[in-house]
This record gives sequence, structure tokens and C-alpha cells, in this order.
Amino acid sequence: MHQLLQQIASGLATGAIYSSLALALVMIYRATELVNFAQGDMAMASTYLAWTLMNAGLPFWAAFVITLVSSFVAGVIIERVIIRPVQNAPVLAAVIVFIGLQLIIYAVTGWIFSYEVRDFASPFPDKPILGALINTRDLGVIGVTLVMLILLYVFFRYTPTGLAMRAAAQNPVSARLSGIRVGRMLAIGWGLAAAIGATAGIMVAPVLFLDPNMMLGVLIYAFAAALLGGITNPLGAVVGGLIVGVAENLIGTYLIASQLKLTVALALIFLVLVFKPNGLFGTMTVRRV
Amino acid sequence: MTMKHILAATVSVVAIAIAGTVALAAGQYGPGASDKEIKIGNTIPYSGPASAYGAIGKGDAAYFAMINDHGGVNGRKINFISRDDGYSPPKTVEQVRKLVEEDNVLALFNTLGTPPNTAIQGYLNDNKVPQLFVSTGADKWNDPKNHPWTMGYNPSYRVEARIYGRYILKNIPDAKIAVLYQNDDFGKDYLAGLKDALGDKADKMIVMTKSYETTDPTVDSQVVALQGSGANVMITAATPKWAAQSIRKVGELGWKPTHFVTNVSVSVGTVLTPAGLDKSVGLITSAYVKDPTDAQWKDSKDFQDWTAWMKKYYPDGNLADANIAYAYGASATMVQVLKQCGDNLTRDNVMKQAANLKNFAVPMVLPGITISTGPDDYAPFKQMQLAKFDGHNWKVFGDLISGGNGS
Amino acid sequence: MTERATTMPPAIAEIRIAGLSETTWRRIGIVALIAFGIALPFLVSKYQSFQFTLAMIYAVALLGLNILTGYNGQISLGHGAFFAVGAYTAAILMHRFGVPFWATLPAAAVICFILGVLFGLPALRLEGLYLALVTLALALAVPQILKYFEGWTGGQQGINLIKPKPPEWTGIDKDRWLYYLVFIVMLIMFRLAANLLRGRTGRALIAIRDHPISASAMGIDTARYKTLAFGTSALFTGIAGAMSAIVIGYVSPEGFGPFLSISFLVGSAVGGIATIGGPLVGGLFVQFIPNFANDISDAAPWAIYGACMLICMYTVPEGAIGYLGPRLGRLLRRFASSSS
Repeated sequence: MHQLLQQIASGLATGAIYSSLALALVMIYRATELVNFAQGDMAMASTYLAWTLMNAGLPFWAAFVITLVSSFVAGVIIERVIIRPVQNAPVLAAVIVFIGLQLIIYAVTGWIFSYEVRDFASPFPDKPILGALINTRDLGVIGVTLVMLILLYVFFRYTPTGLAMRAAAQNPVSARLSGIRVGRMLAIGWGLAAAIGATAGIMVAPVLFLDPNMMLGVLIYAFAAALLGGITNPLGAVVGGLIVGVAENLIGTYLIASQLKLTVALALIFLVLVFKPNGLFGTMTVRRV
Repeated sequence: MTMKHILAATVSVVAIAIAGTVALAAGQYGPGASDKEIKIGNTIPYSGPASAYGAIGKGDAAYFAMINDHGGVNGRKINFISRDDGYSPPKTVEQVRKLVEEDNVLALFNTLGTPPNTAIQGYLNDNKVPQLFVSTGADKWNDPKNHPWTMGYNPSYRVEARIYGRYILKNIPDAKIAVLYQNDDFGKDYLAGLKDALGDKADKMIVMTKSYETTDPTVDSQVVALQGSGANVMITAATPKWAAQSIRKVGELGWKPTHFVTNVSVSVGTVLTPAGLDKSVGLITSAYVKDPTDAQWKDSKDFQDWTAWMKKYYPDGNLADANIAYAYGASATMVQVLKQCGDNLTRDNVMKQAANLKNFAVPMVLPGITISTGPDDYAPFKQMQLAKFDGHNWKVFGDLISGGNGS
Repeated sequence: MTERATTMPPAIAEIRIAGLSETTWRRIGIVALIAFGIALPFLVSKYQSFQFTLAMIYAVALLGLNILTGYNGQISLGHGAFFAVGAYTAAILMHRFGVPFWATLPAAAVICFILGVLFGLPALRLEGLYLALVTLALALAVPQILKYFEGWTGGQQGINLIKPKPPEWTGIDKDRWLYYLVFIVMLIMFRLAANLLRGRTGRALIAIRDHPISASAMGIDTARYKTLAFGTSALFTGIAGAMSAIVIGYVSPEGFGPFLSISFLVGSAVGGIATIGGPLVGGLFVQFIPNFANDISDAAPWAIYGACMLICMYTVPEGAIGYLGPRLGRLLRRFASSSS
């Protein structure tokens, strides 16, 4: 029984990691209707920036804020310079550009910082609690993820920018007609997604350790989380992440050999998509003909 | 025998002798060797997820650069050509063919990874090109009968695991063993070695094994399950990132097993510090390379040489990276082989000299450990020493152990 | 040949250049290309023949991907999986059952076709990016699945194969022999693809890609065509995989990671996604650009590779052949009108 609780707790902790990156994916999807394959590595690069700042002697929260702002700016620049030319190209061209961007960020970061595993200090105390069931550091990740979720919810629901962004993504033409600056919305969307990703990276780096491969495994699970919860829905992404984290642990511990954990998790998501294409919490979108 | 015959015989003997001396003076050369240079080829992942090992290729290159600055080997410069294979065997095949057929290297050296080396082993042996000191700890490279052109270097993972197994039998007779391993040859060799040593007790003593994939973000779930098995001995056969996670999780769970960690992942700087030095106290490994972050070597001569070399030839390199210390030793071994070859730089002789190392003391290796090879013995390193982490340094203890076959 | 007439508007077919119709010119071009392909191994070294052999194998794999992604609009980031299945089919049949190498190609074709159809059925319900993500997941799972069935696949050790030897009478070496074998298979596959795509099936696939609802309103059985596209696509890629196992002589899970699937999609986009000639250019890209990137910088080769991808997508988003093809035609026609 204790074993089961422990597996669930550790699954929730890992799930929160998936959720936090999934939120960034949702953000970019809401802003652009595209899925950003480079999201994981953008987050990883931001984390290296924070690491560098902290190594230079800055306190954690100062480094955090600077990283967030720089990531936002970098996101905007990436959208303007790299993504804008293929904004109206076929989806495939966008996919290729995302992959190219990912390779560049990954390789350049590896080149600058090398591929070694680094220690990254957590802002939260590192103490096992509840009979070693969970660590305060992991609780911190869960907490920050929930805060991001609430902020996103409020942003899309109540702020004019958030509403305008939804309109711009769903129907650019009529959004433009009603006076929304679609281009600016896209750029802001990218900036925000980059900042969310940076937060995710900084939160998970103390848990996973920092290296250029840090987000490789996380990204695919974050995709799974976002698809499972419905890629338009921040709450869905968070719940999806937690489900994936817990399910992965339980499957690996009780059902099958842990070698096929990933395969089984992916097969489950595949099934969900087939029977519920919009995810568990997604809303039906009307397709244009 | 007539006078004529004798004369003819004498003439031919003299001719052969003269030819021999001439050849000796000018040197005998295989492909890639000349009066001026010796070409050595290598493949290593500089791109992709295994790029951390790229430091080995850069370390090799930096070592040869130093040798060249000091006049090379017997007056010949080493031309080290290292190519990226991204750890993908088809790419390795292509790059190695380029090295052999286009660049005409004399020998391949320190090619990295079990699958890439397996992919090129047939080709190199068919074409009689030395595949020297491959950078993998698999057990299969010591096979001079079937693969006379391939030679290993690292002490095999399997031998290392046997050492742990024997230690457990002797010191922890009531052991209940849990194993965390990477799901590939590296991890599975540990399981195999452990079972070798435990013999028929293996089934009883090993209470649980859990594997992980390199796509798994964490191994927390596996460690939790292993703790649940009630084991009092833990063996972590994992690469650095996952080893650090495992050490940390074991500590956080409040589990206090006797914890063995593969010597692939014992760097104080890149594994134990991230995991938490307090959580690393009491870890046991069997070492052969000096950990450059271990303060006890600070004053040794080879360590100081190493640091000076790093500063001059590999300034970007991380002084805490044990991979580079490894590359330093491996390249020194290669240079030793070339020195022994003298002016006879044919592929045959390179292989012959590689199999003729006698108690060569490799720099940046634990005191007392040397390497020896022979025509029937293609496993250079055979000795290791157990070491325990005291919170600051690894402290070697016990005798040098050689982990031969059987138990 | 009647197919050709229906796909080509008569106005174009009638233009004559230097007294020859455009169709004839096209044929002359193809014949010249084939002649070049036959001569190539003797113009380059053995090692380079080997490289071109690999490029041709990738071209066949990309051709398969083009059928699915280019002509039918289903994005796959997991075609490395079918390539792997083809390779392992060949390897296991040769290694365990002593099947001659040439007989493994049809086997790989059948197995991959069935797998493709099975995967295509549920994929019917996934659109665009969803399908891309699910297939990416497939690409990630492949190495782990291969390791899981260790009894068959040899686990991470992989399977070593003996490369087929050329028969005595040919008098050529192993590399050139394999080059010609792959060359012939490639010609057959391109011919098959051309027949398929320039005919009714091709038009149906394109209709489904561009106007799915109108297509089904016109009575095209969308589900059937989409699944068949998946199956056929997997078949082509599977055959390519089988050839790669034979030519490289070794298979192991490391050779079939997600990067392979990604390079397939990249190669096919760079060559020209809905063209038949595109995969040739794409195959060369997949084979040679990583080496080129490595020659430029061994510090960050993937960054160079990524930059090449971006440059291609910005300058010629429709791919090399997608860009050159129509322009070449126009140029020829202008030349014709000015000379007549």
C-alpha cells in the first residue's frame, strides 16, 4: 500500500514536470494553431541562461525574472524572424522550420555549455516530507505549475489581449477586420510561450539536472499530456500531465516490464485520440472547408 | 653444390640483406604512414544525444597535438582524423569506410560505443585494418581468435560487476540485491557479471531488477519500486544523469542500502555533486581512472601534467570531466604502441605491437594498475580497485583486483 | 501510356521544341539520367558508390513518404519505423532462415504494407499535427520495441549480415554490384510510383488532400484511399529499409532513432513534397548534408544542418523539384516560342 502511494506521489511529481511544459505548448497552440517542436529546447536554453546568471552571482529570483523577460523577448524575435516567413505556408513547411529551429538551439547550446550534466539549485527547500512520500522541491514544481495554470486561465478568459489572441488564432481574417493586430498577437503568443517554457525549465532543472538533453524525454510526454487533455485547454494539459505521470509509474511497476513504459503510454494516448480526438477536456472545433 | 650455385646463393643473401637494411632505414610503411606522418582514424558522437562523449575525441586530438609539438613519434607527426557518427551504426560504417578508403588511415583508434563498433568490426577485420582500444566496456572485444584486428581497452563492465558480486558474497552474506540498469548492453553486462559471480545463489540474492530507457526523464519510479522489494544492497548500472538521480532518490527515501555504482558514473564533479555529496557518502565503486575532481591526486605528477596539458591543449575542456582523463590515458597507450612500432609502420606490426604491451603504466590511472597484452590477450585493463566515497573523495581500499573468468 | 495523355493538358503536349514534343524531351531527359546513373559507379570511387547507394535507398524511402505526405497530405514523422521493420525483416530472414537477399524485399514489402494499413486505419481519425505527433511517438518507440523482442532482433547487439557477393561473370566489386542492384530496384519503384500517382489513384489522393469534403461528395472512398496510401507508403519505405540492411550489413536499434524519421520528412520536403523527382534530390540531401555540416563545423554540426533546413524552406518552400520543375517547363516553352 505504501508502495502504491509512493508510486502515485512520485508520478504526480513527474507529471507536474510534463504539465508545466505542456502549458507552453497549449499557449503557442492557442496563439498560432501550431505545435512547436522546439518548445522543449527553447525552455532548456532559457534554463542555461538562468544557470549562467546564477553562476555569475545573481540571487535566484533576480536570475528568474531576467530569464523570463529575456525569454519573452527571444520568443518574440523568433516569431518575427524565423516563424513569420512560413506563417502562411503549408503546415509541413512550419513543421520543418520548427525542427530546424530545434536542432539549431540544441546544437548551439550544447556547443556553448557542453553536454555535461549540471547541478541546478532549486528555490525550494529540499526536504522529504509525509514519511518520504514526496519532496518539498517536487511540491514546489506542482505549486508553480498550478499558479501558471491560473494565470493562463485568467489571461485567456478576462484580459483583452488574451481574448484578442484567441480570436486572432481562430479566425485571422475576421479578427483583423475587427481591428485586432494579428501579427502582434502572434508575437506576444510566442513570447509568452517562451516565458512559460523558461519557468518550466527552471522548475524542472533541479529535479532532472541540467544538460542539453534535459527536455528530450519531457517534450514527448508533454505532447502526450497536451493531446490527452485537449491541446486548447490549459486545465486539460495540467490534468493530462498528471495522468500521464501517474499512469506511467503504475504501468511500469505493476503491469508490464518498465522497458515498454513509453510504448504503452503512447499507445494509450493514441487510443484516446482515436476515440476522443479533442482530448479529454478539449472543445470541439469547427473545421473550415 | 657447384661454385656457381654457392655464388648465386651468396649474392641473393647479400641482396636480401641489403634490401632489408635499406627498407629498415627508410622504414616499412602500411597505408597512412610515411617518413613525415602517421594517420589515425576515429569516430565518435559529436552530435545527437550521446554528444557528451565527444569530449573523448577532443581529448584524444589534444593529446596527439601535444605529442606533435614535442616532435611526434619517432620523428613522425600524428595526423588524427576524427569524424562524427552521431552514435548511429549506419553512419559509423560510412565514416569508417571514408577513413579507410579515402583518408587511408593506418589504424582506427578509440572508436566509441558498442553498437557502432559492432557495425564496423566485420569490415575492419575483413580488410585487416587495426581497430584499436575501442571505447566501450563490452565483454566481447577480447576475441583474438575470431577478430584478430579488434582490441578492447576499458575494463569490461562484466568484470566490474563480478568484482561487486564477489565482494557481496564475502562481506554481506545475507544480501538482498536490487539492480537498476540501463536497458542496453551496458546495463545487461552488469546483470550478467553479477550472476557470474553469485553463481547459483543469484536467483535467491537478486530480489528485484528494474531497467530504464534513456528517454525516461526520471528513474524515481524505478528506485521507489526497488526500495519496496526490501533489498539491503543496491547496484546502480546507469549513465551519469540517471545515476545521479538514483543516488539522490535513494537518499531521499531514507533507504540505506550498501550502494554500488558503476565506475562510468562516479565523477565527483558531474555525478555526486548534483546528486548531493551528503547522499553519496558510503557509495562503493571499482575504479581504474583517477577522478580529476578527487583532491587526493592533486599533488601527483601525472595529475599535474594533466592539468598543464588541459590548460594548453584543451582549454575549453572541463577539468572535472573524467572522460577527458580517460582519453588522455587511451591516447598515451596508442602513442606507446606507435613508439614500439619503430620504423615498421605496417598494419601488421601495429597490431603486433598492440598485443605486445608489457606493464605499461598509463597516465591518470590509479597507482599500481598497468596494462599488458599478448597475442591471446586483447584485454588491456584487467585490474581495478574498490573505492568508497567519504563525502569528499573516493578512498581506495583493499588490494588490486583482477576480475578474470569464473568465480 | 494512355494515362499520361489524360493527365497532361493537350495544349502543353502539342508544343514542339526543335521538332520534338515535350513528352519526348522529358523521355530523353529520363534516359540521360538513367545513363548517368549507370555510368556513375565508374566515375567515382568504391566508397563513393557506397554513398550513392545509400542516397538511392533514402530516395526510395522518401518516395514512400511523398505518397503519404505529399500526395495525400498526411504528415508522418515516424517513417523510420517502417524503414526499421523492412530492415529487420531482411536481416532476420537472411540471418535466421538463410533466405537469399533478393527474396527479402517482397517479404519486407508485404509486411510493411500490412503494418501500414493497420496503422493507417486509426490514423484516419487524426488530422495534420495530431498525426505528426502520434507518428513521432512511433519513431521514439521503435528502438525500445526492437530491444524488447531481443530473441528475434538480437537486442542492442543487433544482427550482423554477410553482404551478397557479386557473381563471377560480372567482374565488378561488391560495392558496385550492390549499387546496380539498388539502382534497378529504385527504377522499378519510381516507375511504379509514377504510374500510380499520375493516374486515377493519384488524382484521388490529391483531391482528398486538397478538398476532403468535396472529394467524398464526388464519391471518392476517402477512408479506403487514405488507408491504402498509408499501406503503399509503408511498402516503399519498407523496401528501402530492407535494402539498407543488405547494403550496410548490420542492423541495430541505434540506427533507427527519431532522427532518421525526422531526416526523412526533411529530405522529402527539401526535394519537393508532391513530386516524383523530389525524392532523388531529397535522398542526396539526407545522405550528404549531414557530412557537409560535419565538415564545416564539428562543434555543432546539427546547427548547420538545421540552418540548411531553414534556408531551404525560406527560399524554396515547395522543394527543389517543386520549384525547378514548372520553371524548367516554362523556360523550355519560351525557348520553343522564340525559336519557332
